[in-house]
Amino acid sequence: MAATDLPAGWEMVVGLEVHCELKTATKLFCGCPNVFGDEPNTNVCPVCLGLPGSLPVLNQQAVELAMAIGTALGCEIRPSTFHRKNYFYPDMPKDYQISQYDEPINVDGHLELPDGSVVGIVRAHLEEDTGKTTHAGGTGRIHGSDHSLVDYNRSGVPLVEIVSAPDIRSATQARAYAAELRAVLVATGASDGRMEEGSMRVDANVSVRRSPDDPLGTRCEIKNLNSLRSLARAVEYEARRQVELLEAGERVVQQTRHWDEDAGRTIALRSKEEATDYRYFLEPDLVPVVPDAQWVTAVADTLGMLPAARRRRLEELLTTDGAGTGDTPGGGAAPTPAQLDQIATVVDLGLDDLVVETVAAGVAAPLVLARSANEAATDPDLARKLDPVAFAGLLGMEASGSLSATQVKAVLSELLHTGGDPAAIAASKGFEAMAEDDLVSTVAGLVADHPDEWARYRDGDDKLAGFFTGLVMKATQGKANGKAVAAELRRLRG
Amino acid sequence: MPGRYTITRDDVAHVAELARLELSEAELDMFTEQLGAVLGHAADVAALDLAGVPPTSHALALTNVLRPDEPRPCLDRTEVLVAAPSVEDDRFRVPSIMGEAP
Repeated sequence: MAATDLPAGWEMVVGLEVHCELKTATKLFCGCPNVFGDEPNTNVCPVCLGLPGSLPVLNQQAVELAMAIGTALGCEIRPSTFHRKNYFYPDMPKDYQISQYDEPINVDGHLELPDGSVVGIVRAHLEEDTGKTTHAGGTGRIHGSDHSLVDYNRSGVPLVEIVSAPDIRSATQARAYAAELRAVLVATGASDGRMEEGSMRVDANVSVRRSPDDPLGTRCEIKNLNSLRSLARAVEYEARRQVELLEAGERVVQQTRHWDEDAGRTIALRSKEEATDYRYFLEPDLVPVVPDAQWVTAVADTLGMLPAARRRRLEELLTTDGAGTGDTPGGGAAPTPAQLDQIATVVDLGLDDLVVETVAAGVAAPLVLARSANEAATDPDLARKLDPVAFAGLLGMEASGSLSATQVKAVLSELLHTGGDPAAIAASKGFEAMAEDDLVSTVAGLVADHPDEWARYRDGDDKLAGFFTGLVMKATQGKANGKAVAAELRRLRG
Repeated sequence: MPGRYTITRDDVAHVAELARLELSEAELDMFTEQLGAVLGHAADVAALDLAGVPPTSHALALTNVLRPDEPRPCLDRTEVLVAAPSVEDDRFRVPSIMGEAP
């Protein structure tokens, strides 16, 4: 992450608004398919085109996915109503958007990030998406285009807007929040989390102040953040821009700004209208949604394990499997920073069940984790289907020294594609463990060929162990077991 | 508190602008008077003692009116686009818009 600190004496305050398209079969208020990438204006009907006389009917699945998101974020799930948010824009054919306003379905939650920090969730409410506008002619950008083209396939697609509290204090934390929220949204089944397809969109409210005790500064809202990288860069840029303005004795103007990824800067779009200008009023065509305890419980019961719990499960597995190698603050062996990264990777790719089942089949947790995060992760789709018993068989051969790490990687690559018996694959590749006699004579021969290096190793220069191991690997084309070579070298040194 | 329900000529002009309505000076006077009368009627309700009465969010005493998440037929695109004043690349062609949607 490229984030650096603001100049001394300044603090940034960031809140994020995340729009998440829900993975329903149909739109929020009509039965048109909710599909990304179809031919323009093919998934439309009188309701989502805003034709006179059409009436919205709420999609039950969208409500339940919103409740699932609220549950996963520890929100209170409340009776809620819908309002009309009135404005004119061609991607909104009714001239109002149906959204939840003062009575959202989810309020007062929180999200715990992998570093242990907690970001408050103010609300997570249901609303409909707009159509998609393409700016055509001229430069192809908003400024300079001479007309726009509108596709209403996305009009009325269900969204949940998740509004964080202004609890975020760095670009790195903003990125971590968005990444963790995406993982939670995917885990609930509510979203596919694809930022590049716009199914998760992030807006950032950024302000700066001198001291945590100061009131919040004037904020700017940053739009067009299409990746986690853009989010971190834009937040960093915007906070610095505001600090420079204030240090020059100028002031920050509240406005919406557009992130220009290529130029690496934010650009003012237009001054923000007063919220009251939307003239919100209750949507007369929809009645309140009132989830009772039974319904809330039924939705909560469908939730699987969330990412934070899945990471904790693997951390505990490492600790209890007795093979953690990091600091030992609490007496037990804690995972190392590298292992924490491996855990994040396997959880992100959905390989955590594979790790747990392979460890259960009798292989040490650190080896399973490392091979899952580094090798199996190169093809996560295949790795999720890998038979844990076969994987355990393969890693068992590595642990016992029958196969070298290089050979294990080659066998795994084939095992992922074909399945089958790892021992048979190893044999078919001619990977048989070197007989001990062969190893002893190979090492002895190489030692004799390099008397100067051997003398330095014998005198205590342990770096030369790597030199000899490399020679042995080259001579045996990777068939030798690294640990066995090291043991033989130590034995010869006496 | 009858004062809460007055509406000024400026209020009417502002709302007209938000609704993209062009009103003449005479129309502004007329609608200020008419909308004032509507709000005056609401003031009658405010005069009642409504302590302990929850706000009404809907005229129908219904909740949780939902439909199953099952696709239904859409309109034919040709039929949809034939109603548009201007079409390009199977999309509705509209004048360029300065700035992004609110």
